[in-house]
Amino acid sequence: MRHILSILVENEAGALSRVAGLFSARGYNIESLTVAPTEDATMSRMTIVTTGSDEIVEQITKQLNKLVDVVKVVDLSEGRHIERELMLVKVRAAGKDREEMKRTADIFRGRIIDVTDKSYTIELTGTTDKLDAFLEALDKGAILETVRTGVSGIGRGEWVLKA
Amino acid sequence: MELKLPPLAETGETLTGAEIAIRCLQEEGVEFVFGYPGGAVLFIYDALFKQKKVKHILVRHEQGALHAADGYARATGRPGVALVTSGPGVTNAVTGIATAYMDSIPMVVITGQVPTRAIGEDAFQECDTVGITRPCVKHNFLVKDVNELAITIKKAFHIATTGRPGPVLVDIPKDVSQQSARFHYPEKIHLRSYSPVVKGHGGQIKKAMQLLLEAKRPMIYVGGGAILGEASHEVTELVRLLDFPCTNTLMGLGAFPASDKRFVGMLGMHGTVEANMAMQNCDVLLAVGARFDDRVIGNPAHFAAGNASRKIVHIDVDPSSISKRVRVDVPIVGHVKDVLAELLALLKAGKDKPDAAALASWWSQIAAWRAKDCLKYDRTSNIIKPQFVIEKLWEVTKGDAYVTSDVGQHQMWAAQFYRFEKPRRWINSGGLGTMGVGLPYAMGVKLAFPKAEVACVTGESSVQMCIQELSTCKQYHLPVKVVNLNNRYMGMVRQWQEFFHGNRYSESYMDALPDFVKLAEAYGHVGMRVEKPGDVEGALREAFALKDRLVFLDIITDQTENVFPMVPGGKGISELILSEDL
Repeated sequence: MRHILSILVENEAGALSRVAGLFSARGYNIESLTVAPTEDATMSRMTIVTTGSDEIVEQITKQLNKLVDVVKVVDLSEGRHIERELMLVKVRAAGKDREEMKRTADIFRGRIIDVTDKSYTIELTGTTDKLDAFLEALDKGAILETVRTGVSGIGRGEWVLKA
Repeated sequence: MELKLPPLAETGETLTGAEIAIRCLQEEGVEFVFGYPGGAVLFIYDALFKQKKVKHILVRHEQGALHAADGYARATGRPGVALVTSGPGVTNAVTGIATAYMDSIPMVVITGQVPTRAIGEDAFQECDTVGITRPCVKHNFLVKDVNELAITIKKAFHIATTGRPGPVLVDIPKDVSQQSARFHYPEKIHLRSYSPVVKGHGGQIKKAMQLLLEAKRPMIYVGGGAILGEASHEVTELVRLLDFPCTNTLMGLGAFPASDKRFVGMLGMHGTVEANMAMQNCDVLLAVGARFDDRVIGNPAHFAAGNASRKIVHIDVDPSSISKRVRVDVPIVGHVKDVLAELLALLKAGKDKPDAAALASWWSQIAAWRAKDCLKYDRTSNIIKPQFVIEKLWEVTKGDAYVTSDVGQHQMWAAQFYRFEKPRRWINSGGLGTMGVGLPYAMGVKLAFPKAEVACVTGESSVQMCIQELSTCKQYHLPVKVVNLNNRYMGMVRQWQEFFHGNRYSESYMDALPDFVKLAEAYGHVGMRVEKPGDVEGALREAFALKDRLVFLDIITDQTENVFPMVPGGKGISELILSEDL
């Protein structure tokens, strides 16, 4: 089962390696990990996408809570939530393919944010699934470079994750 | 981290970082610091030199410092403190830190670091201390600002000693120990990201009581958490009130007195038949400060499937210990002492009593398992049996010594045959299984309790891993008694090779052993060799009569003796091998 964990951590040197180290030391999976400061500069928020049985995810949550730098952990996948990922793709866009590439980007509501006479750089935001679908829609040979942020998530409704 | 700092007016005098570090230790009431100086901690050693409150114990290897501080903590319940230099000082200390971490021992480790400007430049004696120790500490800090030093050390003691205890490391760069700051040591501290649960859930405690009262085949399983949580009194009262069988884990020995008829012995890989069978076949299990680890319940699938209707109540201060290897029906997170006190109050207030008839029949089943006499050994042998030595040690010390051990067969025999009556008397490395801890553990214990008898039960392989500490024992007049069960083999390795590797004793025989008697004498101690069963008791009495001398008893034991019962790795705990099976 795929789970999305949202974690508030103290904005301290080493907090990220404590979390990442926990996953590797105990053999848990990380599919993606994002981290950045929050509106409160003393805290960072991480989103970790992991997979495992309910027992394993329960252990992951408990072990994360044990870390002294971790302020709060929630499993977003337990409730209604929104997730987004940002991807930048550099694609070959020359000759007759140039127009087709722009159309495909438009269909996926991507934005072309850099252009040369042979390439486009496309910015695309959405669920992991949507980004995967976009890449599949492209001719493999046309993809020059991709970079993805990994998933960020937030709960739906008025509930907020606070210290 | 959010801190409630007092107004500036309350802050005190200006001190150097080194002085602040030592003042913090004084404020914490630290008696002993176990350590070894070096370049990065020179200012701290200078500050130590200028005061008398905190006594420094100079070891011969940093590993010994950590183990000694750890032994002190295990025996007293107070945090052990160690001080080592950067680089190799730290890497030598890592084994000791990991040992304490695995057994949840409260410790504060202060390490020197190269100056902040040199960090990351591969400076002389530099290592990434917080990186190297991160997986084996409860928490660690690198202090880059001298103004943060006192509060960081306060945090370190707070984190080390609350919740599930553990070692906390504070890394102090040399320039930080040299710079000055106003000293203020806060009395209390609040960390928003750290607030261990203390009080157990009332509803869960009621559920637990209900289950215990309905039990037909109950069992109480007590681990090291009961000792760390000072809950031995409550455990004992509960077991006696309910008249239920009780087992202690290796780390829990002494939490419930071994002389009580309700004690069924230690359980686990080398547990008794009665303890393991009762654990496997009970219908209600109360686990107190224990973690169902692999050496205790063996194969978790076998444990669960073998008795699917068994209900488990688990009290532990660490939520992550609950339902980690075994699914639990009634989890109770909280201090074991407080939770048990609440449970006892509920039981005493209510009218219900356990089912006497069911209990009687359960006890008769346990008696049948007990009748197997699974710890029997050949008492007629004219070669010294290691079990016999431990029995004699128990007799000679009237069962009241502090016993430290190393790791291996001798450790298991000490656990099985020295019948511990009180908590904190049995000092050993259960989780990490660190050979070499025994002698430094004994040093820490003897410093804490100079008048108590302290015996280090060891083997000729283990003791050599920290043998240099005999020198520390001489310097500080620590007259511990070393009981070396010398079978010329790494006994537990040899036993596994005999059972599971076709008698191929690959590298488990140790040739060219030192003459331990002469070695002890070379360090300024008394050495004795014992070769006949008839001489064991006399030698032990003579050793303990030499009150002010360290005596190293080199006892030549049976090379072929094995530890029984034994649950082979990966098997269920009811799948025991007994001595008679072979």
